[in-house]
Amino acid sequence: MPAASPLSRVNDFVVRFANVNGSGSASANELFARSILRHGVPVSPRNIFPSNIQGLPTWYEVRVTEEGHLGARGGVDMMVAMNPQTWDKDVASIEAGGYLFYDSTKPLPASKFREDITVVGVPLTAITNSTYNDPRQRQLFKNIIYLGALSALFDMDPKLVETLIGEQYKGKEKLLSSNIHALHLGRDWALQNLKCPIGLRIKKADKVGDRIFIEGNSAAALGAVYGGATVCAWYPITPSSSLADAFTAHCKRLRHDPETKQAKYAIVQGEDELASIGIVIGAGWNGARAFTATSGPGISLMQEFIGLSYFAEIPAVIMDVQRAGPSTGMPTRTQQCDIISAAYASHGDTKHILLFPEDPAEAFEMAAQCFDLADRLQTTVFLMLDLDIGMNHRLCRPLKWDESKQYDRGKVMTAEMLEAGTNFGRYLDVDGDGIPFRTYPGTHPTKGSFFTRGTSRDEYARYTEEGSAYQANMQRLLRKFDTAKDLVPRPLQANAVKATKYGVIYFGSTAPAMDEAIGVLEARGHQLDRLRVRAFPFHSSVSSFIAGHDFVFVVEQNRDAQLRSLVVNELNIDPVRLVPILHYDGTPITARFIAKAIGDHLDQLKVTPLRKVVS
Amino acid sequence: MTYIAKPKFHHPGLPKNELGFTHRDYEGKVSTLCAGCGHDSITASIIEACFELSIEPHRVAKISGIGCSSKTPDYFLGNSHGFNSVHGRMPSVLTGANLANRDLIYLGVSGDGDSASIGFGQFAHAIRRGVNMAYIVENNGVYGLTKGQFSATADRGSKSKRGVTNTDNAIDLVAIALQLGASFVARSFSGDKTQLVPLIEAAITHKGASFIDVISPCVAFNNHTGSTKSFDYVREHNDAVNRLDVITGRAPITVDYAPGTVQVVEQHDGTRLALRKLDADYDVHDRLAAMAFLQKHAAKGQVVTGLLYVDPEADDLHTHLNTVEQPLNTLEAKDLCPGSAALEKFNASLR
Repeated sequence: MPAASPLSRVNDFVVRFANVNGSGSASANELFARSILRHGVPVSPRNIFPSNIQGLPTWYEVRVTEEGHLGARGGVDMMVAMNPQTWDKDVASIEAGGYLFYDSTKPLPASKFREDITVVGVPLTAITNSTYNDPRQRQLFKNIIYLGALSALFDMDPKLVETLIGEQYKGKEKLLSSNIHALHLGRDWALQNLKCPIGLRIKKADKVGDRIFIEGNSAAALGAVYGGATVCAWYPITPSSSLADAFTAHCKRLRHDPETKQAKYAIVQGEDELASIGIVIGAGWNGARAFTATSGPGISLMQEFIGLSYFAEIPAVIMDVQRAGPSTGMPTRTQQCDIISAAYASHGDTKHILLFPEDPAEAFEMAAQCFDLADRLQTTVFLMLDLDIGMNHRLCRPLKWDESKQYDRGKVMTAEMLEAGTNFGRYLDVDGDGIPFRTYPGTHPTKGSFFTRGTSRDEYARYTEEGSAYQANMQRLLRKFDTAKDLVPRPLQANAVKATKYGVIYFGSTAPAMDEAIGVLEARGHQLDRLRVRAFPFHSSVSSFIAGHDFVFVVEQNRDAQLRSLVVNELNIDPVRLVPILHYDGTPITARFIAKAIGDHLDQLKVTPLRKVVS
Repeated sequence: MTYIAKPKFHHPGLPKNELGFTHRDYEGKVSTLCAGCGHDSITASIIEACFELSIEPHRVAKISGIGCSSKTPDYFLGNSHGFNSVHGRMPSVLTGANLANRDLIYLGVSGDGDSASIGFGQFAHAIRRGVNMAYIVENNGVYGLTKGQFSATADRGSKSKRGVTNTDNAIDLVAIALQLGASFVARSFSGDKTQLVPLIEAAITHKGASFIDVISPCVAFNNHTGSTKSFDYVREHNDAVNRLDVITGRAPITVDYAPGTVQVVEQHDGTRLALRKLDADYDVHDRLAAMAFLQKHAAKGQVVTGLLYVDPEADDLHTHLNTVEQPLNTLEAKDLCPGSAALEKFNASLR
């Protein structure tokens, strides 16, 4: 291999930790990421973990990015290779000129290394074994020891790491001092025996600001608390379980009556996804705000109930933390692959509301908004998260809540309105927006009761198989869906510096990689207008954006260009005008991938202009 | 079924209950089931039970799955909200509704196909959670709406109308409910209204998961010789262990019982269940004995009916979850939203 000069970068590199699942590395690795944040330098960490509890390989990647690029970058500049199982692949994945950090206690043959990288060996096992006797302690502190060595190699301020450890073990004096001790064991060994720092360095900056570091699942769960959800029913499934867990934790903190200690919420772990959505629909029917959290397989199981919610018009919120399908697919890998199955869930003619948050901050806001939309539109609303947003800590703007905000409970007819003689037809469109009034069970002794069913009925909820009544109802449901277009979050458009004929549509977790890719493409001489779609049904501005460009790339993380299909189908767009850019190997999409795919496409156009071919 | 619309007017002398309602106020639409269907008798019993208990009709939520039995909530309590949900999923819908508003009375109506086959799991889990409800299965051993296929409660060896013998073992929902910890378990027969009405009253007033299996012959597909769910068969093999009177309020027990033959059980809400023992050794508080008793009698081909088990001290899902007394569906933003100050604090913990 040709010799490459060692990489020299400040606040802009990727470190990947290769560990064994269950070895306690996660908290040390997270500590590493947080320490860099304390230097005022943004990071974007990602867990790459197996569907396993102990033994299989797991990686933790930290992108250090003063520029604030929060998408995955691709490539590794420093590999912290702590897992012999994956050694060869891990070593091979290092960029030329990169660094390999490993446990040098046992000598390895030269063939196990590469000549074009810098190898940094620290005898971690030897240091650990000479200090600790307990096997579990050896395992745990080894992680802190490598963290200490890395802090020296990257020229990090040890005080900042110590402060973080202090916060983590506040009140647990013994743990605190032993962790600090382990940190210095590693740090001192490195300072005494290695050339510190190496070419990759952390330098204090002021680029984090007031941003927070949070997982999307936790943010969405908090959105449910703020949005007034009182009933949560769920069934464990990766990667959504931590959303339900977070909801439980937030509720325990925020939703108990201070005097009686009683709970202002009810959480039920269902026997399956069918029961979970059934409970949500029962609660929604009875006037409570309710949601479930699930992933693709759960959406498949819930289909029948979702159709009931659509047809009987019962509010429900489903938070879908998407993972790679089909079938069990890759349960711990990310994709945006439930778009079609959610949008058209259930048999018969159905359409559902989808919201696409880009990060935890938006997941919080949209989660809360889902409950207003579900009540207003009396139907199922999906919050389309994915594993990349849901299960990784992401730097994002602080969560905000408008104190003046009131919940929109939608069209609910009260006992007073009924008493005053208001005409009540459960499925009667009184003002043209397609949304009828409903009553909560138990409202009035003699007025306003009705029989809810998934079978066809007339405007007064009376069973009918009359074709005209059925059709009128189906048309009203379409009208309601039209109304939704102006209620859901609008797309956000960002135009290129120079006028351009090309545009790009993207959504959800693709956002940070897309934003970064725009800069790369500009450097290559390509200008693109951007439209980030934030909801389905599509607002009219999606059509006009496409109409305003010769063609539009649609970037998404699935094989079949699902959002593109939805755009073609719902907006009657000529498919030729929408160029799919698809990333679906289960890793998060990167700016490198997008810039290459779009750049190559646009380069081709430059070489052979369309006009020449025609003439 | 009848095609004649039911007139709204009624005799001015119709008896009224404590709230001033007559039977008619608890009725619903005209049944569309077959003439003579056992389910219609159960509907009539529910109407009578609600009338006798002086329940405000709108304070009941009646929830069902899919099938003949699940249609019946349309035929009683016309002033109550009803929900004819999805096949086999009544228990989850009812659980969610109950969580949303603990103040209503929840009546779950289901069938043997609904609860013993497609919804067997949901039946089991709603019961083991102790959802406060009266869960009634109208059990006829066949799928009526799809024309007479065996259901999972059809006894092994029983014959279908087409002459096919059932070779699968039967699921006894009562035995399962006992095992799962239902705190009120009963079996009755649609043809025995005097037994059924007080059982429904007791199930409604019971706090916790109440389950009643009502054998309800299907006149169209399962009322022939060789069926073990026919009127004749159930009448011949009915083995009632007790007779029940439900006494509400503070009224003294006026019925004249022979000494030693009556056991009085007081429930949470003050209603008293006066049990006239027909089988002197049967103890309604002994879950294990009840299970053994059922098995023994089933082996002899007998259909054990009556109140089979009750735990008057039972609690329910809301107790387990420690939810506030106020129904969750009435809580507002001021009760539920922690506000921006709490959010600021949370943000600070994430830096």
